[in-house]
Amino acid sequence: MVSMSHKPHCPMSPTDVVDAYFLENRAKVLDLAAFLDRLERSGGDGSDFRIACLREAIAILTDGDGDRARRIQLLLSDPSSEPIAAAPMQGAFGAPNPDLAP
Amino acid sequence: MKYIDPHIHMVSRTTDDYRRMAQAGCVAITEPAFWAGFDRCSVDGFRDYYRQLTDTEPKRAAQYGIQHHCWLCINPKEAEDTGFAKEVMSIIPDFLDRPNVLGIGEIGLNKNSKNELAVLEAHLELASQRNQLVLVHTPHLEDKHKGTRLILDAVNNAGLNPDRVLIDHVEEHTVGLVLDRGFWAGMTLYPDTKCTPQRAVDILEQWGTDRIWMNSAGDWGDSDPLAVPKARMEMKRRRHSTDMIEKVTFANPVSFLGRSPNFRVEA
Ligand SMILES: [Zn+2]
Repeated sequence: MVSMSHKPHCPMSPTDVVDAYFLENRAKVLDLAAFLDRLERSGGDGSDFRIACLREAIAILTDGDGDRARRIQLLLSDPSSEPIAAAPMQGAFGAPNPDLAP
Repeated sequence: MKYIDPHIHMVSRTTDDYRRMAQAGCVAITEPAFWAGFDRCSVDGFRDYYRQLTDTEPKRAAQYGIQHHCWLCINPKEAEDTGFAKEVMSIIPDFLDRPNVLGIGEIGLNKNSKNELAVLEAHLELASQRNQLVLVHTPHLEDKHKGTRLILDAVNNAGLNPDRVLIDHVEEHTVGLVLDRGFWAGMTLYPDTKCTPQRAVDILEQWGTDRIWMNSAGDWGDSDPLAVPKARMEMKRRRHSTDMIEKVTFANPVSFLGRSPNFRVEA
């Protein structure tokens, strides 16, 4: 989804983008790998709803379809439309909790 | 170059933050009423908070040449008790004529509950009756997309002009909903858990620079009162024009906020 009236554009060259942002994103992918290793060492089996969502998000990164950030945001969003009966807490989980689905 | 931080909670910041912001070019801020990190237990607690926002804080900001403005409401995190929320709302009209008040905010939703929605609707009605600008907080994380949809419908149902309503904390999946319906959009820059300066500039590259601004939402939690100048550096690093940087961080806030007769900034 992009704006009808605006043509998406980044003024940097592809090489400049890689030069500017590669190292920080190299570190982020290693953080993600180390986090999943840590979870495994702790005995986690990946059944937590947040980790299931994260695995689907990782698949979006490599599916070649573009619009990755928006699609991952939607994957991590509550898809329902009706207001809930009462707020169960003040914070949030970061992924839709199936136990709280209306 | 001058900039405006249109969403920052200075009651939670120290005076040297004002100094550093002024040194970085900040000339005006707007401070929405928000959650203090705990639920207040009396109407008088809110009365004192509104006095702080309309009297104390403008004086503190003025020492550094920064124009301070504010928005009043009871925020959605304290809106689950609708009876209490309505009592608090009954004192808001006493403060709306103070010279630095721009409108009603930051109202909105937190967990997208029925009671939060009822209190949001009551605030929208007050804004409509008193012809006030509106600044809306959208929920975080998994609640944002649904909350944004509910909020846009509620604002439309209240009959408010979308050109006088700013929907804040937009991200990749909500910015289009907000702009396509004629509202103003705010992007909030967070140090780690939410939208970074890099992603905010990505959103500008995808959606353009009309009806959009950036803010730090600096408060008592992990946040950065210099997030707006840092995002300006990010735009510069990508070789975006000075005109574009100036538009998003100064001219756009002036254009939206200037719809209130109480907004003041040096030209
Ligand atoms: Zn805020």
